[in-house]
Amino acid sequence: MTASHDTFSDKMADAAVRATPEPLATRVRGLSDRAIAWLFIAPTIALLLAINIFPLFWAIWLSFTNFRANRPNAAVRNVGLDNYSRILNDPDIWASMQTTAHFVFWTILLQTVIGFALAWLIDRKFRGHAFWTTLILIPMMLSPAVVGNFWRFLYEPQIGLFAYAVSFVSGIPTSDIQMLGNVHLAPWAIIIVDTWMWTPYVMLICLAGLRSIPDYIYEAAEVDRASPWRQFWSITVPMALPFIMLAVLFRGIENFKMFDMVNLLTGGGPGSTTEVASIALKRDAFEAWATGRSSAFAIVLFVAVFGLANIYVKALNKVKQR
Amino acid sequence: MTDHTLAPKKPRRPFFLRRGPMEALAVALIALGFLMLFQPFALVLYTYSFITLLAGTLMFTIVSKFPE
Repeated sequence: MTASHDTFSDKMADAAVRATPEPLATRVRGLSDRAIAWLFIAPTIALLLAINIFPLFWAIWLSFTNFRANRPNAAVRNVGLDNYSRILNDPDIWASMQTTAHFVFWTILLQTVIGFALAWLIDRKFRGHAFWTTLILIPMMLSPAVVGNFWRFLYEPQIGLFAYAVSFVSGIPTSDIQMLGNVHLAPWAIIIVDTWMWTPYVMLICLAGLRSIPDYIYEAAEVDRASPWRQFWSITVPMALPFIMLAVLFRGIENFKMFDMVNLLTGGGPGSTTEVASIALKRDAFEAWATGRSSAFAIVLFVAVFGLANIYVKALNKVKQR
Repeated sequence: MTDHTLAPKKPRRPFFLRRGPMEALAVALIALGFLMLFQPFALVLYTYSFITLLAGTLMFTIVSKFPE
C-alpha cells in the first residue's frame, strides 16, 4: 500500500518536473520537502524581518542615542539611559499615559457591554436579523479618516446633528454643546466615536462565540428547569467568555496605539486633555524631532502592551481549558 | 512476594526553576508595573513602572519555557 502510494507520488512528482522547464526541473528535483517548505515561507520571513523585527531592534538602539531625524548627518552619541530617565520623569508624558488609560478603559468597557448585548439580540434570530446585522456592521467598514471627519461635522455646535439632538432632548442651546472644544467633553467625544465604530467588531466576535454554543446544552438546561437568567449566567457567558476575552485583547492592543481618530477629531486638544500616548509620541518624534527620546517612549509602550498581552493570553488559555 | 515497587521519587526542582510559582510571580510583576504606569497618584510609581514591567515581561518570557 505504502509502496504503491510512493510510486504514485513519484509519478506525480515526475510529471510535475517534466512540465517545468529543464534547468528549473533539475534544480527542484534535488530539493528536499524541508527545503521546499523553507522556500515557500522564506519571503514571508524576509518581509517580517524587514518591516517588523529590524525596525524594533533599530528603535531599541536609537533609544540609547541622541539621534535626531532632522539632523541625519550630526554625530550620534550614546546617552545611556538618559532618554528613559527623561521619559519616566516627565509629568506631561505621565499625564498622556493617564489619558490613554482613561480612553482604553472606557472604550473597552462600553464596546464589550454593547457589543455582547447586540450579539445576544442578533442571536435571537428574529425576523430581519440579517438586515440588522449588515446595518450594524457598516461603521466598522469605514475608514477612520472618513469617520473622524464625519463626526467632526456631527459635533459642530452650530450645524452638527449631534449638538442638535442633544439640544432637542435636554433644552441646552446648541452653541453650548462644544463636544470637541470643552475640556471635560472632548475625551468623551472620542470615546463615543470609537465605541460607535468598533462595537460592531466586538459584536461580530461575540456572535461567533454565541453561535458556537450547541443547542442541546440549552435543551438539557430546560429539562432541568433552569431559568433563562440561570442559563445566561451558567451557559451563555462562560461558553462565550474566550471569545469576549479575545475581542477585549484585540481592541485593547488597538486602542493603546490609537492615533488617527484622536488626531482627526481633536489633535490632542483642547490643551492636552485628549493627548493620548501616541499623539504625545508623534509630537516628540516629528515636532520636537527628539528621535532617540521618542524611540525610548515607543519601547516603554511596547513593553507595556507586550507584557499585558502575555498575561492576557495566559488567562485566555486557562479559560479555554476549563 | 510482590512485583510492585515504588517508583523512585523525582528530585524536586528548586523554587526558582519551577514554572508555576515563577510564572505567577512574573504575572504579578507585569500587573504591578502596568498599574504603576497608568496610575494618577504618584510620579515615583510611574518612574519605577517600566523597570517593573520589563523585569516581569522578561521573566515571563523565560519561565514560560520551563517544563510543567
